[in-house]
Amino acid sequence: MSETELLVWLRGTGLQIAAVVFLLGLVFRTLQNLLLGRPRELATARGGSFGPGMATIARRSLLHAGTTYRGYFTIIAGYTFHIGFLVTLFFLNQHIILFKSVLGFGWPAIAPTIIDFFALIAIGALVAVLLHRVMDPVLKQISDYQDYLTWLLTILPLITGFLAMHPMGMSYKMALALHIMSAELLLVAIPFTKLSHMVSLFISRWYNGALAGYRGVKS
Amino acid sequence: MPNDETLMETLQRQGITRRGFLKFCTAMASLMALPPGMAPAIAEALSKAKRPSVIWLSFQECTGCTESLTRSSTPTVESLIFDAISLDYHHTLQAAAGTAAEAARETAMKAFYGKYLLIVDGSIPVKDNGVYSTIAGRTNLQMLKEVAQGAAAIVAVGTCASFGGIPHANPNPTGAVSVSDIISDKPIINVSGCPPIPVVITGVLAHYLTFGVLPELDELHRPLSFYGDSIHDRCYRRPFYDQGKFAKSFDDEGARNGWCLYELGCKGPTTKNACATTKWNNGTSFPIESGHPCLGCAEPDFWDAGSFYSPLPAPATDVSKIAAGAVASGAVAGVAFGVYDHHKRKKARAEHEKLSVNDLGESS
Repeated sequence: MSETELLVWLRGTGLQIAAVVFLLGLVFRTLQNLLLGRPRELATARGGSFGPGMATIARRSLLHAGTTYRGYFTIIAGYTFHIGFLVTLFFLNQHIILFKSVLGFGWPAIAPTIIDFFALIAIGALVAVLLHRVMDPVLKQISDYQDYLTWLLTILPLITGFLAMHPMGMSYKMALALHIMSAELLLVAIPFTKLSHMVSLFISRWYNGALAGYRGVKS
Repeated sequence: MPNDETLMETLQRQGITRRGFLKFCTAMASLMALPPGMAPAIAEALSKAKRPSVIWLSFQECTGCTESLTRSSTPTVESLIFDAISLDYHHTLQAAAGTAAEAARETAMKAFYGKYLLIVDGSIPVKDNGVYSTIAGRTNLQMLKEVAQGAAAIVAVGTCASFGGIPHANPNPTGAVSVSDIISDKPIINVSGCPPIPVVITGVLAHYLTFGVLPELDELHRPLSFYGDSIHDRCYRRPFYDQGKFAKSFDDEGARNGWCLYELGCKGPTTKNACATTKWNNGTSFPIESGHPCLGCAEPDFWDAGSFYSPLPAPATDVSKIAAGAVASGAVAGVAFGVYDHHKRKKARAEHEKLSVNDLGESS
């Protein structure tokens, strides 16, 4: 398979497969989990559910007075990565072209040099959380292969994407093919791994908050 | 033109001055990324070079490659160099026809066996034993194999001969393939492009005449000196790409300001060729300079690489409908499994037998 054939396959059939697995898998898993329902509340309600649930979604993203030093690291590195990743994903012109061709609408892009900065801080944050994971004895003990696999699947599109913007040691065509391939692998992995937190995060946070709210306690 | 005349003698006879010739040699040295000191060496070797015998085979092609090489608006040193090779067979250009033409080819093949240069343009159909293109009652496949045997080297001119080109495009009804798909035991140089730039073919010939070997090639067997950089890397509109300034349509302000044509489908980033540096029509311009995106014609499968006007990041095929279908299927499957889970739980609850302390006592 030539570089051109590979690129055409990745931009065509490969993308179709990745989109189907990602969307079908994520919608299916989310709906199935939601439809499991919640156990009947036998206790008397001491507060509302919906409001406290929504408040918890927001509150768990904040730094608290009681946050430990390690907690600070997790939150700051987590924010840095997510902001860097999402800005790169949604505001690089090339990505907007892709969204526009699939969704039918686009939005203004941010200058590539600024995107470079966001991509680099996302890569830096990912490297930092990996070092933290292998250096912290407790975290290392509770990490399994999926933690390392999802880390790899997340950092690859960022690195290959940076290479596609600044080809080094390979042709642009190969860098672009590797980037699209890594992004498609990430899409395929999302429904089956902890990366599905992109949806479940908000549902589970709301549920925790709602449970606490019903019992009249702050979560 | 006598066969033992040197190239310099031929050029002088055609009115080319030594100054003009040296300018050409310097340009060639520069184009082929050779050190400037090589220009006199090229001049020395070229001026003494004997006219090599060249057999040109045209297969499944549109003659665009020959047009490109021969239709320069004014006679140039390049075209004279081209005249100065002993083109012993080219069925578009030669006066002879039929048996006489084929006899000329066979005579050249015998006289210069192992020494002649074989130039091929057009792809070779191999489906159904190659019956889809024949010359003098013989298939292109037979002729290529036969002529290639005695060739010193083969130059595949144009994307069809280099990679199969348009005849090779989906659904490829004739089973068209490139020269390198058939011949594997000869040095092959691909001068791709639809058509290729005239100076690239003369550059390759000059290199061959000067050094006696083919120039350094890339992984697709193209001369590195011409195909070393992408159109994008050498494009004068590149600064606009780096600044994120793109023409969104062919008549918007961006297009009028000469901004990057990436969003209009330019394949410059994935295409390696010398258009942006050597340019076309005696250095006048190249497609991007005329306001049109690069089609990527010097690359394999350029015809099947999605629409010419679809930007590189856009899907090559439709994804929206499939994505919508996937969401709908996921929803249906999710609800179906949800209902099934609910039913299972209800059944489990119904079948649940309550035990009393007494029951426990009896069973233990």
